[in-house]
Amino acid sequence: MDKNNQSAPGRSETVAEPELFQGFAAKNPYLADPVAKLDRKLVDTVQEAVRRVGLKDGMTISFHHAYREGDKVINMVVAILADMGFKDLTLASSSLVSANAPLIEHIRNGVIRKIYTSGMRGKLADAISHGLMDEPITVHSHGGRCALIETGEINIDVAFIGVSACDAYGNANGFSGRSRCGSLGYAMVDAHFAKSVIMLTEEIVAYPNAPASIRQDQVDWIVQVDEVGDPAKISVGAARATTNPRELLIARLSAEVMEYGGYFNDGFSMQTGTGGSSTATVRFLEERMRHLDIKAAWALGGQTGGMVDLHNKGLIGTLLDTQSFDAVAARSLESSPNHVEISAHYYASPMSKGAVVDRLDMVILSALEIDLDFNVNVLTGSDGVMRGASGGHCDTAAGAKLSIVTAPLIRSRIPTVVKKVTTRVTPGETIGVLVTDHGIAVNPNRPDVEERLRAANLPVRSIEELYQRAISITGEPKPIEFLDKVVGVVRYRDGTVIDTVRQVAK
Amino acid sequence: MQIIQEALAGTLESSDLFVRVSPSEGALELILNSEVQNQFGDQIKKVVEATLAKLGVSEGATVIIEDKGALDCVIEARVEAALLRAAGDKSVDWESMS
Repeated sequence: MDKNNQSAPGRSETVAEPELFQGFAAKNPYLADPVAKLDRKLVDTVQEAVRRVGLKDGMTISFHHAYREGDKVINMVVAILADMGFKDLTLASSSLVSANAPLIEHIRNGVIRKIYTSGMRGKLADAISHGLMDEPITVHSHGGRCALIETGEINIDVAFIGVSACDAYGNANGFSGRSRCGSLGYAMVDAHFAKSVIMLTEEIVAYPNAPASIRQDQVDWIVQVDEVGDPAKISVGAARATTNPRELLIARLSAEVMEYGGYFNDGFSMQTGTGGSSTATVRFLEERMRHLDIKAAWALGGQTGGMVDLHNKGLIGTLLDTQSFDAVAARSLESSPNHVEISAHYYASPMSKGAVVDRLDMVILSALEIDLDFNVNVLTGSDGVMRGASGGHCDTAAGAKLSIVTAPLIRSRIPTVVKKVTTRVTPGETIGVLVTDHGIAVNPNRPDVEERLRAANLPVRSIEELYQRAISITGEPKPIEFLDKVVGVVRYRDGTVIDTVRQVAK
Repeated sequence: MQIIQEALAGTLESSDLFVRVSPSEGALELILNSEVQNQFGDQIKKVVEATLAKLGVSEGATVIIEDKGALDCVIEARVEAALLRAAGDKSVDWESMS
């Protein structure tokens, strides 16, 4: 990289005999050039940045998904790489969304050969579930991704990091500029571990852009682009309060399980997730916290406006934020000193020297399916097609003292409680309680919790009873037909294979 | 029961179904689309056919169903309503039931 006036900190080779001094700028020529010294990282096009980092066929590229459905970087960059003639790349995005459907063409044309992701949805997921790729994709959790990176299985050659604004040295955070995504928790991991980092930014702002979530000593090249993402499409934790009676019922029961489960003490910690039921659970919980004068020391996530509200009211001390799910959370990250941005590695990696999930008291989780052994599927739909993401599900379930899965017993005609999940993402041994609109089931490995919930007169049933109830209403669903071809390998957070996804028959 | 006019019943909301019945020449034609086709397609077909048989509709009609994961009782009610409307049955006061 010397020919481009770029230093490569930390990658200098050790030589037996040290060279003789040749002048202060001999090794760092940009120091003798007043313009290059300050602006040497700025390049005009993505193509030029890609040439400078020396991307080659077969290498691994990475992206973050903080803009979720509003992301503009992944599709744009892969299209450019396709134009440049690259082949056989491994795509290691922290996750993929419905908006990534244009990748189908690049997979077909051989530009992308392998994929690592937390999940996928929409047309891309549909095509891959129907056998689009020669090699199965690898599905990992947020913590598991960090572990795969640390062990070297995901060896990121070039990280493309989209940000709203950065300075000319590459200092960036998620709340400068016009397209603010909030926490850059996923990108922080890539910036740390990638061999080269290309930053795509909408704006170059004055130096120093502080605080820096992505730091100047991590960034190789900076390219200004028209847009990196639309923050309006991030929002999944709708601030609007749900009026759906079924969601409210589940939310009230969840709050009661949190209250009586044994961990609702002053100074407790929680992660609540997103969606109508979760947001409503937080509202029900607020009443109980006030009534019993109990405050949470901290909350983890995936932060939403609902959690920020409790934080502002003094009911939650610190918010630890890997990903901001709405504009309220992004603003709070900027303004509240106790709303703290954390990387996915700090959040959930089993190989981290300290993952926050290990200290969690309670977590509220979702499920597409949960089976009689409490195994949870958050990846494949009832038709066997991938339509979800592993996310932090198995990470938080493993770490929390009590993990609570909430789900309607039946979605349209599809039972949520099944004999055996289509795809196992989170092992049942880490799930404590299931809350449905038809009652609560407690994992037999948590008799302590069951005893407390029964003592509180909550509607505790066995999971077999919930299953029978679901089937009595919907009828027994016909098993989905799969072909032999494996289209996805599901890795547990420690890197082991916990399940595979096979191609659907039609 | 004879189908004499086109009639509709139901909605495209989740857990409901939309039924369209129209008169036609010859054999009974059933077109069924369902969101839960793979898991419940056979069961839905069975309920629809049983309802058609119950009302004595065996020919001269086209029945088109767009199912959004309705339960059997809903399927039966919607199909029955569409057939009674399509047969011009005046014995039910539909206005008072809505």
